[in-house]
Amino acid sequence: MPQQRVILRHCGIIDPADIDTFLTRGGFQALEKARRMTPDEVVAAIKASGLRGRGGAGFSCGLKWELAKAAPGDEKFVIVNADEGEMGAFKDRLLLEQDPFSLIEGLAIAALAIGAGQAYIYLRAEYRRLRPGIERALDQARQRGFLDHVAVTVFEGAGAYICGEESALMDSIEGRRGEPRLKPPFPVENGLWGRPTIINNVETLMNAPVIIDRGPDRFRNLGTATSAGTKVFSVSGDVARPGVYELVLGSPLGELVELAGAERVRAVLVGGAGGRLLPASRMNTPLAFDTALGSGSVIVFDETRDMVDMVYRSAAFLAEESCGKCTPCREGTEVLMEILGRLTRGDGAAGDLEALQALAGVLAEASLCGLGQSAAVVLKDALAYFREDFEGRIAQSGMLRGLSVLRPGNLV
Amino acid sequence: MDRDRQSLLALVQNALEKSGPDALPDFDGLARSLELPPSEVYGLATFYAFLGEKSRGRHTIRVCSGLPCHMEEARSVLTRLEKVLGIEAGQTTPDGRFTLEVVSCIGACDQAPAMLVNDELHGRLTTRKIARVLKSYT
Repeated sequence: MPQQRVILRHCGIIDPADIDTFLTRGGFQALEKARRMTPDEVVAAIKASGLRGRGGAGFSCGLKWELAKAAPGDEKFVIVNADEGEMGAFKDRLLLEQDPFSLIEGLAIAALAIGAGQAYIYLRAEYRRLRPGIERALDQARQRGFLDHVAVTVFEGAGAYICGEESALMDSIEGRRGEPRLKPPFPVENGLWGRPTIINNVETLMNAPVIIDRGPDRFRNLGTATSAGTKVFSVSGDVARPGVYELVLGSPLGELVELAGAERVRAVLVGGAGGRLLPASRMNTPLAFDTALGSGSVIVFDETRDMVDMVYRSAAFLAEESCGKCTPCREGTEVLMEILGRLTRGDGAAGDLEALQALAGVLAEASLCGLGQSAAVVLKDALAYFREDFEGRIAQSGMLRGLSVLRPGNLV
Repeated sequence: MDRDRQSLLALVQNALEKSGPDALPDFDGLARSLELPPSEVYGLATFYAFLGEKSRGRHTIRVCSGLPCHMEEARSVLTRLEKVLGIEAGQTTPDGRFTLEVVSCIGACDQAPAMLVNDELHGRLTTRKIARVLKSYT
């Protein structure tokens, strides 16, 4: 199936600085429709659509809204997670740049549905340049009365990948180090300042107007039984046309990679540093929540790439970005990086692969949040599909050590 | 829960910007004014990559080290910058013009190798482009 532009339908067509160009294409009609519905009906429609979170975790969006709506409390919050930090992900950047209005419409619908009077857009520091455009779009939406029911504030992050994790993100808004909280309680009951809060990814919220406008059944008919709708992907690496693509969920990975113009593919990393590494033989893998998806970051490696080096870079990213709260992740990602670093430098040793494997188990079992739990998944995939790269490095290391004995300095 | 410290990220950012190139930001004063222990302010400042406990130069260069940039020779972008500026990553030029840093993925993987100078994005970097970009920040 070719590209299906649902979430991207306004991108590159409307003028993000002019709300009228959005309105003439049917913008904010879903919000008007939602205003004629009861909040329960809005929540029911989102739930019936099967929409799952686009930020990587894939939690049911409708259930999240339902729980937050049902939670007791006069004060509730909606937070837009625009802290896109996953390695290889840049689709939210494009969405915020080219269609801030659809996000604002989605946010307005969410606030209406759960009864939230306040909302935050948590914008990563690396995207600070997008803030004026977002503020302008918010101003225009306010002037037209689309945000009468909710006060929206843009909150700038300060450079921390972990703040994409929802509880760390809330800590950050509260003026703290962004460290994931122990769950339960979940944010829908006990979120920002202890109030019921929903945190949705940019793309997730942009799906809400589509569902309200076209009805949940039409949405559900796209994709697979457990992965409804379309997904926006960020494709980079060894491709002729890196960029943002939208496909119906369940589409084979090979189709996306081909769209972006990849040749002589050796492997593809889907979902960033905590994602899945798939070899060329697995290009028929459906892009869906239960197979490989994450936030839709897709990095392509051609036949010239050494997987030890790729996995090392991925581990270095996580070691840098681990928040340090729990020991398995803080120490585990560091050791992971150390061993992989030695391998890339030709200083591996017998037993390294066994140590890596053991470490992978500890990280997955004992870490507090998704960062540590998924930190070694890429490594495990690499060891399953490209073990020869790792064994080659160790064999080479042995030879290098043997040679160093013969260096003139060592003979004296 | 109290909301007094809601703006702490912005206040730390502000303190960093206000302090001169050779002075340390007044985090102790900030802590006193918010009735927080100094460790809370330092702990927050050192947690976030865009904050820190040292003031920066007039312009901050942040070279992306994410995997897609790494695949497009981000390392040589950094080497080039270190050579041209005469400093290493983490340092500020003696004239206070540039601070050079290496950061995690900046979300410009479609334009790799990329860097941020202050808030602006510069992608598809080459030796020539780096020279041109640097010249535009005085």
